Amino acid sequence: MRIVADTDLCIGAGQCVLTEPEVFDQDDDGTVVVLVENPEGGQVDSAREAVKLCPAVALSLQE
Amino acid sequence: MTAQLPATLPITRGCPYAPPDEHRRLRDEAPIQRVTLPSGETAWTITRHEDIRAMLTDPRFSSDRRNPHFPLLAKGQRINTGFRASLIGMDPPEHGPARRKVVGEFTVRRMEALRPRIQEIVDQHIDAILAGPKPADLVKALSLPVPSLVICEQLGVPYTDHEFFQLHSSRLLSRLTPPAERKAAIDALRDYLGELIERKAQEPADDLLSRQLEQQDDREELVSLAFLLLVAGHETTANMISLGTMAFLERPEDIRKIQEDSSKTLPAVEELLRYFTIAEFAVSRVAVEDVELGGVLIKAGEGVVPLSNLANRDPEAFDHPEELDIERGARHHLAFGFGAHQCLGQNLARMELQIVFDTLFRRIPGLRPAVPLDSLPFKDDASVYGIHEFPVTW
Ligand code: SF4
Repeated sequence: MRIVADTDLCIGAGQCVLTEPEVFDQDDDGTVVVLVENPEGGQVDSAREAVKLCPAVALSLQE
Repeated sequence: MTAQLPATLPITRGCPYAPPDEHRRLRDEAPIQRVTLPSGETAWTITRHEDIRAMLTDPRFSSDRRNPHFPLLAKGQRINTGFRASLIGMDPPEHGPARRKVVGEFTVRRMEALRPRIQEIVDQHIDAILAGPKPADLVKALSLPVPSLVICEQLGVPYTDHEFFQLHSSRLLSRLTPPAERKAAIDALRDYLGELIERKAQEPADDLLSRQLEQQDDREELVSLAFLLLVAGHETTANMISLGTMAFLERPEDIRKIQEDSSKTLPAVEELLRYFTIAEFAVSRVAVEDVELGGVLIKAGEGVVPLSNLANRDPEAFDHPEELDIERGARHHLAFGFGAHQCLGQNLARMELQIVFDTLFRRIPGLRPAVPLDSLPFKDDASVYGIHEFPVTW
């Protein structure tokens, strides 16, 4: 599974970072940074959760 | 078939913990339907969690408050404020770059860095409560000053001026304020902020407004940004502090849970946000093209008023939605809105609430209401729900 982030859409709400700080971060402008592109184990569920919570529909998963 | 007159949309809660019964009735009749707003205008209400999320991520629905069809709840809100559109009133392609200029100030990491200072502010106010007379008014002593001080410090607004802001922002948010007074409140705030930004341009300091001035010289845009952040920072978190404290005081077992395990406070905050949904009407939009939503055709030029409070109790989205369960762990509520405009200050609000509840019940374990909770003056007259006054003792 791969996490794809569309940084143009990201509005920096930080929902992804709150969900899984080991997988997502924000740069100084607030834009999402994917730290772990291919999540494994427990990170898979939190990646799914982050995709669901992202208000800007900026995150998606390639299974 | 005779044409049916649209139902009206009343906006006063009967039970302080729940959406107005009439809203439920509307939902039960049809999840999407035409209604007459208290302003006399007609619009669509939408009530399903899924429909609201779909609408708020669809660019065919506009946030532009200057659009003559943008649905307004109260009479007299459609006044020319002389303001440039603020972030919340912008659409793409204008919105993205404007939001990006300021969002760095509100990242999760940046908010974490504020934690010690917020803790200090909360502790000082609780010291003052403990040293002062009983009963104390929680709203004046804690709920309002904490978020207000935090946002003032962050923006670089002298806190000595906070009473001025509280007065004008509460006038702005009250549905009972006559149009002329509303306009006067807006003018007063705008003039003040214009002068403040002028001073910051001469003498920059380490604050948000000074940093924004380094990036751009559009003073008008900065004034409307400062206005938005100040008003949003004054009333929202404050009301959640009061309502959340009230809910906790009714549920001593929940207080015990967060006292024993402080990792439970943040999920509790999330649940309180869902349960109370204090800015129920914050996310209205106007269609700029014909759109089919949830099987209903919404035409260009028609307004849509989502009832987020009902969506946050949509059984399709939440199990046992009418229950306040601080261990629910569901975060997909719409209390901060959804889509590109989702609340910029949400992580600041979460942290303030977490610190307040943790500290309040640790430092004043005997806290209790000084009056019966159902006699509290609830804000049925404001765009942000809350409590006007909350006498507590210990
Ligand atoms: S949740 Fe979405 S919008 Fe928010 S920072 Fe993450 S990717 Fe960006």
